[in-house]
Amino acid sequence: MMQLAARPAPLLNVDNLVVEYGLGNKIVHAVSGVSLQVARGETLGLVGESGCGKSTLGRAVLQLRRAKSGRVMFDGEDLTAMEGEALRRMRRRVQLIFQDPIASLNPRRRIGDIVAEPLIIAGIKDAAERKRRVHEVLSAVGLDPDLVATRLPHEFSGGQCQRICIARSLVLNPEFIVCDEPVSALDVSIRAQILNLLEEMKARFGLTLLFIAHDLAVVKAVSDRVAVMYLGRLCEVAPSEQLFARPAHPYTALLLQAIPVPDPDVRPAESVAAGEPPSPIAPPSGCRFRTRCPRADQRCSAEIPELRQVAPGQFAACHHPLA
Amino acid sequence: MTAPLLAIEDVAVELPTPRGNLRAVDHVDLSLQAGRTLGIVGESGCGKTMLSRAVLQLLPKKAKLTGRVMFDGEDLVRLEPESLRRLRGRDLAVVFQDPMTSLNPVLTIGTQLMETIQEHLELDAPAAKARSIELLAAVGIPAPEQRLAQYPHQCSGGMRQRIAIAIALSCEPKLLIADEPTTALDVTIQAQILDLLAREQRRRHMAMIIITHDLGVVAGRADEVAVMYAGRVVERAPTQALFKRMHMPYTEALLAAIPKLDTAPHTPLPAISGRPPDPTRPLKGCSFAPRCSYAGGRCQEAKPVLTSAEVSGHLYACFHPIRMTEGIEA
Ligand SMILES: Nc1ncnc2c1ncn2[C@@H]1O[C@H](COP(=O)(O)OP(=O)(O)OP(=O)(O)O)[C@@H](O)[C@H]1O
Ligand SMILES: Nc1ncnc2c1ncn2[C@@H]1O[C@H](COP(=O)(O)OP(=O)(O)OP(=O)(O)O)[C@@H](O)[C@H]1O
Ligand code: SF4
Ligand code: SF4
Ligand SMILES: [Mg+2]
Ligand SMILES: [Mg+2]
Repeated sequence: MMQLAARPAPLLNVDNLVVEYGLGNKIVHAVSGVSLQVARGETLGLVGESGCGKSTLGRAVLQLRRAKSGRVMFDGEDLTAMEGEALRRMRRRVQLIFQDPIASLNPRRRIGDIVAEPLIIAGIKDAAERKRRVHEVLSAVGLDPDLVATRLPHEFSGGQCQRICIARSLVLNPEFIVCDEPVSALDVSIRAQILNLLEEMKARFGLTLLFIAHDLAVVKAVSDRVAVMYLGRLCEVAPSEQLFARPAHPYTALLLQAIPVPDPDVRPAESVAAGEPPSPIAPPSGCRFRTRCPRADQRCSAEIPELRQVAPGQFAACHHPLA
Repeated sequence: MTAPLLAIEDVAVELPTPRGNLRAVDHVDLSLQAGRTLGIVGESGCGKTMLSRAVLQLLPKKAKLTGRVMFDGEDLVRLEPESLRRLRGRDLAVVFQDPMTSLNPVLTIGTQLMETIQEHLELDAPAAKARSIELLAAVGIPAPEQRLAQYPHQCSGGMRQRIAIAIALSCEPKLLIADEPTTALDVTIQAQILDLLAREQRRRHMAMIIITHDLGVVAGRADEVAVMYAGRVVERAPTQALFKRMHMPYTEALLAAIPKLDTAPHTPLPAISGRPPDPTRPLKGCSFAPRCSYAGGRCQEAKPVLTSAEVSGHLYACFHPIRMTEGIEA
C-alpha cells in the first residue's frame, strides 16, 4: 500500500480507513480511504474545514465509531479486529480530549470524581492510589488539587474546564491522545495557555498526539507533521515547516491564503477559490476538491489522485501539484 | 474634519445580575467617519456585543444605559421607538455572528428580503423582487432567482451569512455593524465574506464596524482599531500605527499570544497568565493589572485614562506604556 514517512514501526498505523454514516436512505461518505501513520512521540496535526471528517477519523481510530473497512494498527495490534475485554484494556492506552470542555464534564459531579472516573472504570480499587493519581494529574495541569477537587464544573471557566479534561485524559497514563479541537472554543489568551500545557504534558508523559484543529496556525504550533483533509480524504501530509513553506496541494495553498494575518502590511489576498465544499453525501468524482480547484482539468474528474511523494517526506494527492 | 457619522460619547451599560451589578461597558468614547471601517477587538465577555447593542438601542430590557450615541446628528438614546425602528434596517444595519438571529426560519428568503425593502423603500412588488435578485447576486449567491423561494435551513452557514448581509445592505445603510460576522464560518468562507463586506463597503461608501476577537481579521480590513478589555477601550489607533507601535501592554500580550504561521513548531507561546476580572467585581486600579507584566504600584490604585500618543488619533490607557520612543521596537 501507500507508505507515508516510513519510519521504524509507527505507534499508530491507519490503513485505508473508510467510515460512513447512514442518513435516511443516503450515505454520508465521512472518511473515504484514509491512510496515515504516527510515530511514537510524534504529534501529527490534522486540519480541514468543518465537516471534512476529522472527528470521525479520530473517533474511528479510537474505535468509538467502527469503520466500514480498513485497519487501525496500534503498537502492532489491530484495533479494528478487537472486541470486548481486549478492546477495553487497549482503551486505557488511548484517550480523547474534546472541543467543548464544559459540555464534556458531568455538571453534577465533583472535579475529583470526574478525574478519578477512568481509574474506577479501569478497575483500580485502591482509593488512596486513585487519590494520589488524581492529585498528581491535577497539579500537572496547573490546578491546585486541594482547591478544585471538591468543586463542580460550573465554578470553572472554559480554560480551566479544558485543564480538567486534560487531567482526566492523563490519569490512566495513556500513550496516545486524540485531541479533537481542544482549543477552538477558547479565547486567544487562554488558548495559548492550553497549547503550552499540552506541549508540556506531551514531553513530561512521553505522549503521542493526533491533534485535530481547523486553525492552521494552531496546528503548526504543536505539530511535527501535518495532514490536510478535504471532504473525507487526505490531500497532503508533510513535515509542518515544509507544508507551510511549500504547499504542494492546491487546497493546502488555498487554506494558507485564507488565514487572516495579524499584520496590516499583509494585504488579504482576494479569496480565490469561490464556492463551498460539496456535500459528502454526493462527493464529486475523481478528485473531491476539483469543484473549487483553479487547476482542475478532465483528468481530475475521471481519476482519483493517490497520495504520492512530491518531496522528501511530503505527500500530496493531486494530479497537478504545485511546484 | 467633518462631523463624524457616529459618535459614541461616554457610553456605559450596566446589567443587574444575581451576583450584583455587572458593568458590561465602562464609559466608552468612539467615533467613526462616513465610509470608514472601525475594528473592535477583545476577548470574550469584554463588552463588544453590549457596546454594539447600545449603539443599536437593542440592549436587554433590564440594562441601564448612560451616555449619548450621536448618529447622523441625532442622539439614538433619546429617539422615539418609532423613529428608531425606521432608522434600523434603513440607515443603520447589523449582521450578527449567527445569521439565524437575523433570519426568520419560517419565511422564504425572497419574502424576507422583499419585506425589508418594501418597508423602508418605496418600491412596488416587482421592483422589490428585482432588487432582491440583484442583491443576492451582489453577495455572491449563485442562481439568485431560485434562492428566493428557499428557506434559510436549505442553505449552508456561509450562504445564510451572505443572505443576512444582503438583507442588511438592502436599504443602502450609512452604517453597518458586523458583530463577529465570520466567527462561525470556515477560513475559506470567512475570507469570502470579509472580501464581500469590504467590497460592498467601498462601493456604497458605507461606514462599518467590524467586531471580532481575531486581531488578524481587523489587521487587513479596518482603518482604525479599538481594543477593549473589561468593558473599556484601552487602546485605539489607526490600524498601521497600532500594529507598528502598540503602547498598551494588553494589546501587545494579545498579539503575542496568537500562534503565528512563521514561528517554528513547538515554540512556547507567550501566554497571558490568568483571565479577565469578574465584571461584577470591578477593580480599583487598571483592570489588566493582575495579568500585566509591566504593572507597578500605581496600577493597583487608579484607573489609567485614555491619553494621546504622538501619532494623531492614537490613544492608550496605561501608566507604563511601552514603545514610547523610536528605537525600542521589538
Ligand atoms: N452521527 C452522524 N450521522 C450522520 N452524519 C454524520 C454524523 N456525524 C458526522 N456526520 C457527517 O459526517 C461528516 C464528517 O463529520 P465530522 O464531524 O467528522 O467532521 P469534522 O471535520 O470533525 O467537522 P467539524 O470541524 O465541524 O468538527 C459531516 O458531513 C457530518 O455532517
Ligand atoms: N443578557 C445579559 N445579562 C447579564 N449579563 C450579560 C448579558 N449578556 C452579556 N452579559 C455580560 O456582559 C458582559 C459583556 O458581554 P458581551 O456579550 O458584550 O461580550 P463580548 O465582548 O461580545 O463577548 P463575545 O466575544 O463572547 O461575544 C459579559 O460579562 C457578559 O457575561
Ligand atoms: S487533482 Fe486536480 S482538482 Fe484535485 S487538487 Fe489536483 S489539480 Fe486540483
Ligand atoms: S496601567 Fe499598569 S497594569 Fe495597566 S496595562 Fe499599564 S502597566 Fe499594565
Ligand atoms: Mg469535529
Ligand atoms: Mg459578542
